[in-house]
Amino acid sequence: MKKSNLNPKLATTKNRLDLKRRDFFTLLGGGIAVYLSSRNPTELLALPLVQRREVPKDFNAFLTIQEDGTVICHVGKIEMGQGPITSLPQQVADELDVHIDSIKMLMGDTALCSYDAGTWGSLTTREYSHYLRAACAEARAVLVQLAAEYLNIKASNTKVKDGVVFDATNPENRISYGWLTKGERIDRQMEEKPEPKDHTEFHYVGQSRLHADAKLKVTGQAVYTADVPMPGRVYAKVLRPPSHHVNLLSVDYSEAEKMDGIEVVRDGDLIAVLHELPERAEQALATIKAEYSEDENKVDHHSIFEHLLNGEGNTREREKEGDLEQGEELADIIVESEFHDGYKAHAPIEPHTAMALWDGEKVTVWASAQSPFGAQDQIAQELGMALENVRVISPFVGGGFGGKIYHPQALEVVKIAKLAQKPVLLAYTREEEFFMDFFRSAATIQIRSGITKEGLISMWDYKHYFMEARGSDTIYNVPNKLTTSFSAKRGSPVQPLPTGAWRAPGANSNTFARESHIDRMAAKAGMDPVEFRLRNLADEKMIAVIEALRDKFAYTPAIGPSGRGIGMACGTDAGTWVAVMIEVQVNTETGHVQPLRAVVSQDMGMCVNPQGSIIQAEGCVTMGMGYALSEDIEFKGGDVISSNFDNYQLPLFSWTPETIDTVILDRQDQPPQGGGEPAIICMGGALANAIFDACGARLYQMPMTPERVLAGIPKAD
Amino acid sequence: MEKLIRFNLNGKETEITMDPTRSLLWVLRDQFGLTGTKYGCGIGVCGACTILLDKQAIRSCTYQVSDVMDRRVVTIEGLASNGELHPVQKAFMDKDALQCGYCTPGMIMNATGLLLSNPEPTRQEVIDAMEDNLCRCGAHIRIIEAIQSAGKEMKKVKQP
Repeated sequence: MKKSNLNPKLATTKNRLDLKRRDFFTLLGGGIAVYLSSRNPTELLALPLVQRREVPKDFNAFLTIQEDGTVICHVGKIEMGQGPITSLPQQVADELDVHIDSIKMLMGDTALCSYDAGTWGSLTTREYSHYLRAACAEARAVLVQLAAEYLNIKASNTKVKDGVVFDATNPENRISYGWLTKGERIDRQMEEKPEPKDHTEFHYVGQSRLHADAKLKVTGQAVYTADVPMPGRVYAKVLRPPSHHVNLLSVDYSEAEKMDGIEVVRDGDLIAVLHELPERAEQALATIKAEYSEDENKVDHHSIFEHLLNGEGNTREREKEGDLEQGEELADIIVESEFHDGYKAHAPIEPHTAMALWDGEKVTVWASAQSPFGAQDQIAQELGMALENVRVISPFVGGGFGGKIYHPQALEVVKIAKLAQKPVLLAYTREEEFFMDFFRSAATIQIRSGITKEGLISMWDYKHYFMEARGSDTIYNVPNKLTTSFSAKRGSPVQPLPTGAWRAPGANSNTFARESHIDRMAAKAGMDPVEFRLRNLADEKMIAVIEALRDKFAYTPAIGPSGRGIGMACGTDAGTWVAVMIEVQVNTETGHVQPLRAVVSQDMGMCVNPQGSIIQAEGCVTMGMGYALSEDIEFKGGDVISSNFDNYQLPLFSWTPETIDTVILDRQDQPPQGGGEPAIICMGGALANAIFDACGARLYQMPMTPERVLAGIPKAD
Repeated sequence: MEKLIRFNLNGKETEITMDPTRSLLWVLRDQFGLTGTKYGCGIGVCGACTILLDKQAIRSCTYQVSDVMDRRVVTIEGLASNGELHPVQKAFMDKDALQCGYCTPGMIMNATGLLLSNPEPTRQEVIDAMEDNLCRCGAHIRIIEAIQSAGKEMKKVKQP
């Protein structure tokens, strides 16, 4: 395997690897000799715990080839719309030399699929596919070896096409993978691991493919968690507190217990009513009287930014280079800004849902979860169960965006179903979904920078408060710089609401701040903002991405505000270099911002499914308009006031630009990088800069609502 | 309290005796197993539960089951006929106009309702009709394109 392709974070130390290999052989009673044993899913379950928490090294864990040639690819990844169900088979087909239609994906089932920590971080292609491709390359080499032995020829004299190995000099002398494996595990490994193919050898990788799951989804046949049929299933409705900061003092659910067919279960503060009909369960829940302690926390969506500035925590200095004072002396102009960004909800259209079915000591849980194995870990740990007694299955997931990394619903439903002794479905209402979310952090960011007479950035002092560091890198070529991260001390959160990963965590707020500030500097220096960026960049990849963006957009230079309504932003995320340019129209009477056209440019290394990557970029542009222009969680203390889509505004059809063009730079010879998140990081900055360019309003706070746009328009003298 | 509800469901005459005040969404999902119709918000603002009632797109989460008495209900499962996908379904596939797919049935039903009354909508008419259907993944630009292209195909086939 190519070492350089592996993320060093995930590379296992050699010792551990050796130990694990030995364990594996001991366990299966195997050796070097070729033998075939029945591939039983419980074999995987019998492996020691520690081994199952790393991506397996045995290629059998990833795939099984049935006698008819069907390749079952059983991977712990889940499908939530970003396309691994389409792009993983492209890679499997190329590495194995099988027809893509012969591949069946089996995903997100802890009992049947190989371990994966979770589907997040734009990692499926840039990280996981290395393991999958290596496994397939090894499987292919073993199969070719077995075939050569059977055909009585040298392995080097074989060719493979569509899962059939044949004698290169006598194609009639042939044998199929299916005949060799007959659906059994293959107990041979290659001493020397073969290298995955070079990009020039790909047939499917690099070609656009339509969503493989589209037919299921357009016919209503795609099964999401709430759609799993289950006889005797009841709905659970859970009592929720009015705030995240209060304790349950007393509760009276006697009314509910009297209602026909209602059952109430309680496990500590977890109180649920059950009924076959969701409406009845809802009605019963409404009769419960509960008293809670006072919420002492008075921070709200107005005071949060000051609150973050004054928060107590740890200070960490990063990217420290040169000397800020010296940089300031070299500067002709000093520019200072403070940026704010409110909490955002993940708001997938499918709320968190889970169903649990107990059978003795064992439980099966269906959950809309980005991490079925993580849910399995959590349930086993919390309930003191053996891991093999917990099976978690993530069917199709109706959007995640980082929000379904957390799966409180899975844990709750397991506890409820255990008490109820019947299958229970817990499907969060939209109101619960808003309350139970792990929001994108609110952010306060301060930047102080200096520009020389030549239009060069001489100094960059960046501070961000109690939010993620991702995307806070300077990216520009600055001799004197410092990035300071303030973060909460363990056990003393400064953010009053629960926060977590939201599609490129931190990078949206950080990129909004940096790229807005860069545009301010360009305007102060009297330079075109694109030219100003190019002059201050040394990163050749970033420069190439911006040049491609400028060309595709047919951008002509102008000093802002030019009245044209064009803005750009750029950055790096998930290993990808990305830039977005957008043109908007601002209604100066109403403050309404109408996106007109957008261009995305990215260097994402090798691109597996160009169409899939383009769709992700379009999704980033569209979803990104929401956090930039309208989405804002209103709250007071631990009470989340935003509760549904009538008071939390997602992007609408009318906001859609007429065109979204995506340029993917041809880098097929480079390792693949992320595609699910990168473009979204640019949307705040690109829109802020476009609004400024349109009407001169410089906005320092997201969302950039019509009121804030109006307030920002410079008054005529 | 229970009442006999008679209606046409996906082309079949159907009878069910139940509490007439029950939510149409949950009855379709739980009593008829038509789980293509999704819950999204419960208050009729997201469109994930959209179905056709007498050829009009409606939000099933805001209807009671008694509202469908003697009327024709079509859900996403009833859109294809004789194994042949409906032009709107085909267009969503051809244009790759979906990601997670959870809002897709509601999008398709709302689009079908639009095209039944206006087979060749302009881009603006598509946007106006779809405005209140929410998609979190951001497939909007392709959905608009799919609906416009489906309109042209719709004239050629029998409608539900």
